[in-house]
Amino acid sequence: MTTYKKPIPTITPELRPFFTAARNRQLVVQRCTACAAYRFPAREICSNCLSTTAEWVPVCGRGEVFSFNVMHQVYHPGFADDVPYAVVVVKLEEGVKMISNLVGVKPHDIRIGMSVRVVFEDISDEVTLPKFVPA
Amino acid sequence: MNLRGHGAIVGLGITKQGKVYDYNHVGFAVEAVRLALEDAGLRREDLDGLLLNPGLSWGDLGMGSFQLQQAMGLRNLRLTASMNAGGATGGIMIQQAVEAIAAGLCSTVACVFSDAPLKPPAPATKPAERGSGAAYSFARGLDAAYGQFGINAAYALVARRHMHRYGTTNDQLGAIAVAQRQWANKNPRAQFYDTPMTLDDYHQSRWVVEPFHLFDCCLVSNGGLAVIVTGADRARDLKRPPVYIWGMGQGHPGGDPAETLTSGAGLAKESAFRMAGITIQDIDVAELYDCYTFTVLVCLEDYGFCRKGDGGPFVAEGRTAPGGPLPVNTGGGQLSSFYMWGMTPVSEAVIQLRGEGSARQVADARVALVSGNGGILSTHSTLVLSNQPS
Repeated sequence: MTTYKKPIPTITPELRPFFTAARNRQLVVQRCTACAAYRFPAREICSNCLSTTAEWVPVCGRGEVFSFNVMHQVYHPGFADDVPYAVVVVKLEEGVKMISNLVGVKPHDIRIGMSVRVVFEDISDEVTLPKFVPA
Repeated sequence: MNLRGHGAIVGLGITKQGKVYDYNHVGFAVEAVRLALEDAGLRREDLDGLLLNPGLSWGDLGMGSFQLQQAMGLRNLRLTASMNAGGATGGIMIQQAVEAIAAGLCSTVACVFSDAPLKPPAPATKPAERGSGAAYSFARGLDAAYGQFGINAAYALVARRHMHRYGTTNDQLGAIAVAQRQWANKNPRAQFYDTPMTLDDYHQSRWVVEPFHLFDCCLVSNGGLAVIVTGADRARDLKRPPVYIWGMGQGHPGGDPAETLTSGAGLAKESAFRMAGITIQDIDVAELYDCYTFTVLVCLEDYGFCRKGDGGPFVAEGRTAPGGPLPVNTGGGQLSSFYMWGMTPVSEAVIQLRGEGSARQVADARVALVSGNGGILSTHSTLVLSNQPS
């Protein structure tokens, strides 16, 4: 893992359940216990009903490409060998959106509306990143 | 109370712009206010209000407007604030100034933006730190892990949705870039004054992040830009032709712009056009916030110059270029002139309404629309300005 050169996210207390689940090959997002709205990234307070209580719940891990870009400029040396690479927004079946990468698809073969499913990539001893592949 | 025509812009100060390193962010702000006072024929002592839109270089330190007050030795102000609603702030500062003047709280307010995110060229500097967009490349949380850096990348996701839903093309975005370049070629102050551009040049420019070419993106600039706002009564006695503020409005829609593909212009224009008593047909020149070509396209739709989704075909035939029926961003805008957030469109409207546009002057320009747009279609301000008192 020492050769991994991209930024490794910090496991903050608020995101720990997300990373713990990812290590166990499960995708979880927050759900408000008052109004049942899903949300991601994590927030302390539900923007739908302002409730302060939420739980992390598994989602099915399937969705579609909602949008994508193709990055050409290198903003971090860890991506220097990857450009051009795509960043996708995946809209999960539960309605929540996630920034991610689509594995195994060339940037210019990506289309909005493509069906995708989650996969997991261990990038350090502690951190696993959910990514997506065509479903 | 209708504030139509109550306030006026009486001074305009534009420092050197672009890759200029004369000052830091505070110095550029001081210089911009000094130039604006000189333009208005006013002295420092005449100012009793100071509003600052701090650019990136001001950082997160509070009380930027107080730093600026001290830096330029201003005493006994009756109004001050650092304000930040992104690119909408230029219009919002002017609105705040007019409201405070109308309420009798103060009489003469400087509204200023400054920034100095560009560093002088140095061999030791890493390319990622030298690029003009580097200052805007911040990433939050998980985004960096996936390679999602900065405003360009986030805006690109929204533009891609517009292309998907409405069939908007890079040819059409390019038409906006070309039109504004043609305007810039008539503006000696523009960074691209001497550099013509064709649609082919646009397509040849490197991708920053698809679907944005380099020439879809604004020219991140060092510099400062200030205007002096005072009451209309006072304005008439000053040195320069007053530019009256007929209408003002804000619109901040919230939610996900990638879903709505809509700016706050629809909300903001309701207030501004109602106050001004105008319709869209009354607008002679439009200075529309243009952090990206795409932003202009969306705002043309949201102001109602064309139907939602028709922004692409609307701009494709050069309608907004010199000689076209709707002059847009007549100084070259932020794409081809300089990027001072919301103050760039304000400044060009003042120049046009004073009749000082020289080669780029729009004949008989009487009413100007000015937009400001912050975040990713997140915040919006509208000003309706005129050289006529009423």
